[in-house]
Amino acid sequence: MKGNSYYSRKLHSLLGVIPLGLFMIEHALTNYSAFEGGQQGFKDSVDFLHGMPLVFFLEMFIIWLPILFHGVYGLYIAYQSNSNVGNFNYGRNWAFTLQRVTGVITFIFVVWHVYETRLQVTFGNTTYEELGSHMHDIVSNPVVFAIYVIAVLAATFHFANGLWAFLVSWGITVGPRAQKVSFRICLGIFVIVSVLFLLSLFAFGSDEFASAPITAFTSASAV
Amino acid sequence: MAETATAQRTVKFIITRRETPEAAPYTEEFEVPYRPNMNVISALMEIQRNPVKADGNKTAPVCWESNCLEEVCGACSMVINGKPRQACSALIDKLEQPIRLEPMSTFPVVRDLVINRERMFQALKKVKAWIPIDGTYDLGPGPRMAESKRQWAYELSKCMTCGVCLEACPNVNERNSFIGPAAISQVRLFNAHPTGEMNAHERLDELMEDGGIEGCGNSQNCVRSCPKGIPLTTSIAAINGDTTKRLFKKWLSM
Ligand code: SF4
Ligand code: FES
Repeated sequence: MKGNSYYSRKLHSLLGVIPLGLFMIEHALTNYSAFEGGQQGFKDSVDFLHGMPLVFFLEMFIIWLPILFHGVYGLYIAYQSNSNVGNFNYGRNWAFTLQRVTGVITFIFVVWHVYETRLQVTFGNTTYEELGSHMHDIVSNPVVFAIYVIAVLAATFHFANGLWAFLVSWGITVGPRAQKVSFRICLGIFVIVSVLFLLSLFAFGSDEFASAPITAFTSASAV
Repeated sequence: MAETATAQRTVKFIITRRETPEAAPYTEEFEVPYRPNMNVISALMEIQRNPVKADGNKTAPVCWESNCLEEVCGACSMVINGKPRQACSALIDKLEQPIRLEPMSTFPVVRDLVINRERMFQALKKVKAWIPIDGTYDLGPGPRMAESKRQWAYELSKCMTCGVCLEACPNVNERNSFIGPAAISQVRLFNAHPTGEMNAHERLDELMEDGGIEGCGNSQNCVRSCPKGIPLTTSIAAINGDTTKRLFKKWLSM
């Protein structure tokens, strides 16, 4: 790696929280609208996001480029690390190793997930209106569903533990007490965001999302 | 005779050895007669006196380093039953047998259990872990250090450059240029000193480079392994804060 690694690492750390961490929470909330509001609720959330001004540039600078840098530099960081949980069987050391493992899992998953959803819209194989039923088709396969569950937990762990480490790396939580408190908060974030994602996965898998939104809408109004 | 009537108690060792820095490592087993209050160094001395393996064959005596024999010099650090620590304070009575001795192979191994900790002393030079007071005239007494500060700074000054924290760190390895926890904690010590503080930025700048403080990945093994109980992760986080402030200061004053 060229240049001063201090700056690259700091940028990597910052991008992980702003914007990627914030994007992750937004994504969890949008998906959760599928659980809470069904077809229509999810469609409204997607419409809202795509109604934002300059949406192409927002995606570019808040999502694509940060993911690319964070992911590629993260692979380099993982390559530079050993794992010694055998001789040093401590919670934090496990988190250190898991942070790298879940990072790699998340990066691979994100590439695949983006290809399956966002890029299919670009290719014209599906539309934003049909995303709900498109997701239903994807997660109806039990193997894919299981992969989604694992990937979602890995990504959420990576975010929550990364947030904990971010607070240390920028010198915000210094002493053991502060780090213990931030650990509890990050654990809470892990649980909440995981539950949001898992509930939305179950919602996408349910019959509610089986058909295109129009049918769902008419059947809903027929009741 | 009493000696033959009761079977002599022995202590079993499995020692990882190598003849030269490049040679492949191999293990040898030893059985040393037990004496009360033995430690790993006294057992190694016994092997030196009588270099015979457990199978009865003679071998070259095992090489190791030691000096103070009271856990203040750090020379005798080695991996004992999987954990890096000082051999002189590792009591046989408290160790599970067979006792496995290995060199701290994060460092270049010179021979058997002897390692070269040169990189730690280079790291101290790099971060300027001293207080510059030399001049052409007498600078007079420096400012006093507050007692409340002295108390925690004293804890940091207990570092004996033993290398245990580097051995425990998953980010100190041949693919990574991370300087290691010890030197970062020394920066905090010298930056806390009222005279040392005058050059604080120079030490921080050294840590804001390749292989500097960014190499810390928060495994926190160091703080759990340090024999002197030095709050290494607190030091690292505090210096993280100082380097962050320095980063913004530099940018804003550009
Ligand atoms: S900080 Fe502790 S473990 Fe590290 S070199 Fe100093 S005394 Fe040894
Ligand atoms: S001989 Fe000095 S620390 Fe063991």
